[in-house]
Amino acid sequence: MEAVKNKTQINDVDRSIYDIKDKVNAAFKTSKGLTFGIVNQISLEKNDPAWMREFRQKALKIYNQLDIPVWGPSLEGLNIEDIVAYVRPNTKLQLKWEEVPEDIKNTFERLGIPQAERTSLAGVGAQYDSEVVYHNVKEEVKRLGVIYTDMESALREHEELVKEHFMKLVTPGDHKFAALHGAVWSGGSFVYVPPGVSVEIPLQSYFRLNAPGAGQFEHTLIIVDKGASLHFIEGCSAPKYNVSNLHAGCVELFVREGARLRYSTIENWSKNMYNLNTKRASVAKNATMEWVSGSFGSKVSYLYPMSILKGENARMEYTGITFAGKGQNLDTGVKVVHAAPNTTSHMSSKSISKDGGCCTFRSAVVMGKEAEGAKCAVSCESLMLDSKSRSDTIPVMDIRNDNVDIGHEAKIGRISDDTIFYLMSRGLSEGEARAMIVSGFAEPIAKELPLEYALEMNQLIRLEMEGSIG
Amino acid sequence: MSEELLKISGLRVSIDNKDILKGLDLSIKKGEVHVIMGPNGAGKSTLGYSIMGHPKYMVEEGSLRFEGEDITYERTDVRAKKGIFLSFQNPEELSGVTLESFVKASKTAVEGKPIRVLAYRKELGKTMESLGMNSEYADRYLNVGFSGGEKKKSEILQMLMLSPKLAILDETDSGLDVDAVKIVSKGVEAFKSKNNSLLIITHNTKILEFLDIDYVHILVDGKIIKTGDASLIDDVNKKGFQNLSLR
Repeated sequence: MEAVKNKTQINDVDRSIYDIKDKVNAAFKTSKGLTFGIVNQISLEKNDPAWMREFRQKALKIYNQLDIPVWGPSLEGLNIEDIVAYVRPNTKLQLKWEEVPEDIKNTFERLGIPQAERTSLAGVGAQYDSEVVYHNVKEEVKRLGVIYTDMESALREHEELVKEHFMKLVTPGDHKFAALHGAVWSGGSFVYVPPGVSVEIPLQSYFRLNAPGAGQFEHTLIIVDKGASLHFIEGCSAPKYNVSNLHAGCVELFVREGARLRYSTIENWSKNMYNLNTKRASVAKNATMEWVSGSFGSKVSYLYPMSILKGENARMEYTGITFAGKGQNLDTGVKVVHAAPNTTSHMSSKSISKDGGCCTFRSAVVMGKEAEGAKCAVSCESLMLDSKSRSDTIPVMDIRNDNVDIGHEAKIGRISDDTIFYLMSRGLSEGEARAMIVSGFAEPIAKELPLEYALEMNQLIRLEMEGSIG
Repeated sequence: MSEELLKISGLRVSIDNKDILKGLDLSIKKGEVHVIMGPNGAGKSTLGYSIMGHPKYMVEEGSLRFEGEDITYERTDVRAKKGIFLSFQNPEELSGVTLESFVKASKTAVEGKPIRVLAYRKELGKTMESLGMNSEYADRYLNVGFSGGEKKKSEILQMLMLSPKLAILDETDSGLDVDAVKIVSKGVEAFKSKNNSLLIITHNTKILEFLDIDYVHILVDGKIIKTGDASLIDDVNKKGFQNLSLR
């Protein structure tokens, strides 16, 4: 198989780990719940320091105590009794390219992604070029004193930094899946930008998709020190396919005084995925946190990036788009806590639902007692492409200071027949006309993305829309 | 004898089960300029929409032929590709799509082959200049925040860029000041050639002062009640539509 030949150093290491896994799986076959033994085994395999091993055990205890959330989209399709299957998928089930579903293969084809990259994007193999690019980027930013590495290496090489921040912002007590993450996390990215350093090229986690276990329970930890700036891009718009269909990642972002961080995500999991990702940022005095988010894939999503504006004049901006098609229930939103004077937040969300897809946008704004002079503006716009689809907006505001300014604006629309007629009178087919209208609706988000991602997003919209016309 | 471009025979069109066009005949040959005049509600815009194939306008009877081909039930985009263009009275706004990229997509669709980007940009810039449009408009979202006059210019710009065989101008002159009418008329003049035709729908005669007109049709209550040359315009201005229909 082509993909095997392309395997890199890291993947070879992978192999041996998987071999051990096989044995483990057999040994724990009778136990369906997540046990201390399994978590311990993960910890041993990863060569965790003692404190991390303890941390995992503590998180497991919390996991076993917490209930599954019932306030959002149904998680019935998740077999929580057999959680081990998600945590430790049997290596025999390791995916082969031939087994990747046809629709995903087609999407690669139509997105024009080179053959060599497809296997890697689908999560079934390694991609040599990406590795090279990753190493090059690493070298380049290293000269600036930036640390950019995977979480496992960070744990070995920068243990104190990791220990000081790891799951301090998102604690295992937050919810059941945060606890699960704490117990079984694996892979992910670690970035530290020293004071005053501005990283000009965006760093992309996409380069290292092939790290062990990445993409299921990966942990991202980013610290942007005083006055520094960084743009980090997570994921890729091509679909990622995994045998196991639970994703419970965790993202923790620390934006120090006067620093700036932009965190962009284009998420396109395959449509059997339960995406229960937790993302949080702590934003210090005069610092800026910018979220750019595109959610296209997965069956069910619970995704609410949260920002805690804890220093004076801290700012948060969120620009996001959600596209829910047939069988998708994407529950997204933004949380912001204004915990200091003159903090500002601005969120702009767009959602598109079609073929019975369901989009929910929850905005939760907390204005603390200290938030004197704080400002918040929320705007959400939904586009429903047919009468079967659904779009909800759920704003929640908790205001404890009289001297704040909050605005909320919500709009729901449909594509008008007259607009389609106008576009068709200019030679566009109905499908092309709809795709153009939807791309136009998504344009404010595309504008915020690096060009290649914006193009890929537009291409993705076109594919989705063409599919709906038949 | 010049070739027939559009032939409408016995056209009956309804919208929401209400009859609007009640048996209309019209024949347009290549190189001709036709004007449709008539009071409000006579069915002038319906005629434009019907030729372009708006799905809400139901053809109950009769036929439309374009270059000899029956297009009565053809899709709108197919008609556009065959060379029919409608300049809208109230053009739609399209957020997130710039005028430049829209016209490019449209030109690509109509011509059925990829267009050369540089040549296209140059042509667009020149055409915009000829219409007195600020070049900034190319990067603005299509018709979003355009004034009434700019929207009409944007329509004429699209007509010039797509160079259709038949251009239908639906009240293109309405809401324009004298200077804008002059500019739009100049654009229409520039478009005019032996090989294409114009159907100008108006209830106003300002735009006609700058154009050579072959035929004027008076449309009242869904039927053409009178056809004549340009002198008919003066009659309308003097007597009004009602008196014309009584004669």
